[in-house]
Amino acid sequence: MIPRPRPQRFRLRRTMMFMNAQKPGLIKDAYIYGCDSIMLDLEDAVAENQKDSARFSLYHALKTIDYGDTEVIVRINGLDTPHWQEDIRVCVAGGADGIRIAKCESAQDVKTVEAAVLEAEKEFGVEIGRTLLMAALESPKGILNAYEICSASDRMFGVAISGGDFRRCMQTKFQPDGVDMLAARGHMLVAARAAGIQCFDTVFTDLDNDEGFMAELMQNKAMGFDGKSLINPKQIRPVHELFAPTEKEVIWAKKVVAAYREQSAAGVGVFTVDGKMIDIAFIPGAERTLKLAKACGMDDGGLV
Amino acid sequence: MTIEKSAVAGTLESSDAMVTVEPSKNGIELELSSSVMNQYGRQIKAVVLETLDRLEVKNCKVTVVDKGALDCTIKARVECAVFRSCDKADKNIPWGGAVR
Amino acid sequence: MINAVGRNIPDYLLKDGKEVYQGKQYMDGKYIQKAAPRTVRYEKPVETKVVASIVDALKKCGAKSGMTFSFHHHLRNGDYVANMVMEAAIRELGLDNLTIAASSLGDANDPIADYIEEGKVVGIQTSGIRGRMGDVVSQGKLKTPAIIRSHGGRPRAIEAGEVHIDIAFIAAPTSDCQGNCRGIGGKSNCGSMGYAMTDAKYADKVVVVTDCLVDFPNYPASVEAIDVDAVVVVESIGNPKKIASAAARISKNPRDLMMAENVAKVIASTPYFKEGFSFQTGVGGPSLAANLFLEKFMDERQIKMGWAIGGICGPMVELLKKGKVGKVIDVQDFDLDAVNSINQTPNHFEMSASQYANPANKGAFVNSLDFVVLAALEIDTGFNVNVLTGSDGVLRGAPGGHPDTAAGSKCCIIVTPLIRGRMATVCKNVVTVTTPGDCVDVLVTDYGIAVNPLRPDLIKCLDDAGIPHVTIESLQEKAYSLVGTPDDLQWEDKVVAVLEARDGTILDVVRQIKPFKL
Repeated sequence: MIPRPRPQRFRLRRTMMFMNAQKPGLIKDAYIYGCDSIMLDLEDAVAENQKDSARFSLYHALKTIDYGDTEVIVRINGLDTPHWQEDIRVCVAGGADGIRIAKCESAQDVKTVEAAVLEAEKEFGVEIGRTLLMAALESPKGILNAYEICSASDRMFGVAISGGDFRRCMQTKFQPDGVDMLAARGHMLVAARAAGIQCFDTVFTDLDNDEGFMAELMQNKAMGFDGKSLINPKQIRPVHELFAPTEKEVIWAKKVVAAYREQSAAGVGVFTVDGKMIDIAFIPGAERTLKLAKACGMDDGGLV
Repeated sequence: MTIEKSAVAGTLESSDAMVTVEPSKNGIELELSSSVMNQYGRQIKAVVLETLDRLEVKNCKVTVVDKGALDCTIKARVECAVFRSCDKADKNIPWGGAVR
Repeated sequence: MINAVGRNIPDYLLKDGKEVYQGKQYMDGKYIQKAAPRTVRYEKPVETKVVASIVDALKKCGAKSGMTFSFHHHLRNGDYVANMVMEAAIRELGLDNLTIAASSLGDANDPIADYIEEGKVVGIQTSGIRGRMGDVVSQGKLKTPAIIRSHGGRPRAIEAGEVHIDIAFIAAPTSDCQGNCRGIGGKSNCGSMGYAMTDAKYADKVVVVTDCLVDFPNYPASVEAIDVDAVVVVESIGNPKKIASAAARISKNPRDLMMAENVAKVIASTPYFKEGFSFQTGVGGPSLAANLFLEKFMDERQIKMGWAIGGICGPMVELLKKGKVGKVIDVQDFDLDAVNSINQTPNHFEMSASQYANPANKGAFVNSLDFVVLAALEIDTGFNVNVLTGSDGVLRGAPGGHPDTAAGSKCCIIVTPLIRGRMATVCKNVVTVTTPGDCVDVLVTDYGIAVNPLRPDLIKCLDDAGIPHVTIESLQEKAYSLVGTPDDLQWEDKVVAVLEARDGTILDVVRQIKPFKL
């Protein structure tokens, strides 16, 4: 049995890679590619008559495989299916770090899942509150209710948009410039930031279209997403490279954090760095830059 | 558990195993073929028998066609086949109990 | 006697001066007496050497029971020639007690397994052995142990007279009526004919088998008419679809690509990666993909590859055509891109197996090689590699040029996933040692990189470049933690194959596997 450390609600989640929980060859070592989180899928990737089998496979994978620092999230089946309760039981019993609620449309959906998770934590003797939650918004209603969903539970660490279902609902198709989902992405980001949780973009499915993928990534970064859902390991590196801070940003952040530590120790609240006025409000951003720099293998100056 | 009808779990893909359980009255009868028989046949046999024992299956004909599955996969396939044979695979699985 | 890689070699095999393996370059500086063939003089001009059938050619060459016939494997899995010749000799002429000395044998040669089972073929000397032949030899059905040699060890053994070829059969995509052969211009093209060259020079008799007779002189010739006794024209020498694949494509498998990139990083971290460096790569997924990443590093440093050798396929031809490689020289072509390029694209040349890899000449190409990237079925914590026997102990592979390039090159990189299915590729003891660990420098796996402790210089290169690496023991432990510790294979005493090191000493033996019972 592999003991997993207590999941952190806020951590680096640039890349979340989907893996069919039913495929032993895939899930045995998906972490070697270096994604931040892997998303073991009980939902769309698993055929309706194999849901049971996938759970047995998932349980033993969670209990046996050493995923190391890679976060392990499980996507469970929707609340409109007969599967989700047992999905939650197996996730909690197996010690998954978090659960992704598919097709989430309301705060009530989150609370329903949360109640089942709590019950499972009690049943299996898992630390109460250990299992984190995130929600996938796949419908116009889900997007419109984004804020209440994001703030529905202390277990919520993030929210993601799911492009396939959403576009179908909106009667649109993938557009290279992202105009099809611009409003939804923007609304979800605002809601997530207002609720203080992370926000992830949808998968990019055309694996041969490297240019399109890069364009979407650049837009994701510009809009302020924390990370992206992925379907293939080859997509990991471009995300990590693009989401990496620039050297200039790292140097600046280092100066800010170092100066802040020095000044606050001396009791000073507001000070200047390179002629710019700095106060405590700048610190979380600078620390985030340094964490990102460390994860990207850049020099963090030992300040993280 | 009592094997009430024949049931199958798993696939013949690489790194997987296909496990079939059938009712029997003669204790546990194991038929095993494996792509890694020489080096892991004994271990696979032990995992299958231990798993059946944990599930308190006393009588069962079990056929395993292994394509290089890890122990955790073999366990999962045996358990699923047994629960399916009793129509109990869908809910209230004793995770961490008989299934561990 | 225990040899330098820790293998127990039965004493009865150590006769007539045969020694056990004693480390790389043990034979350096020693002398050999080359064995000349006894050949017929054709002083009187002949109109044509074409005979009506393989049977006629066998008769003309005085084929009889107890002889050794040689074959080369450029037609790979499409080869019909070895089967046709053996069928004619055994079924039509009733010969037996025959030995086959082939540069390699593959699935295409399955029918020959019958002749082994019938006791008509009593000896096999080859680099590769697979399919049914591998099975029957592993079951102990061959009268004498098979002798497995590398591509360099084979011409060495032929030149030294350790293998005396009575009749060499040359499968030729084109030939003229006097026996000048080329690997191109016909309907079953294979490109290079490098493995056949030593056979033609050292066999007593040489028979060319072709399915495309062309005007004299078929030039420049790979095998020359001056060595040929007879030419047979048959309907087809092989299945073109299985001779050369359409084009070897670079893998899209993310695991292969990840490993390939790490291979390129290791290469770029060494001092040998400079203008004019030399390179060989295998055609396995991650080995071939290394080409792709290497090109990026070459562009970044603004350097070009001086020359490449091999086993060549499309991606290397592509680099040549882009002007990023000075010269490509090969003994064998794996895909149509390479077949259509050799001796056509400027600076793409052919060479013999002896020029390529023979350790007993005065300096084969492998001796000047900077880098080689190779695959492995297994590699153990002593860096010994197995590319011959499967996890079940059955013969199903080929040393090929593996031991030769590993021994000759300055930096030999093995690239392989840590586990395949439930097989631990990185293990405590390989089933069979085909390439000794003292020739292997770096191991790249999907779980990490390990450098042979014999190469502290390379360890420093990786450290300086910030490339993380671990011990090979830790990789082996990781592998066993994933798949479990494998049970030892159970062997009979009988030796079914003797594995010669490239220098002619005995590196390992393969014994008959005991039938497995649960």
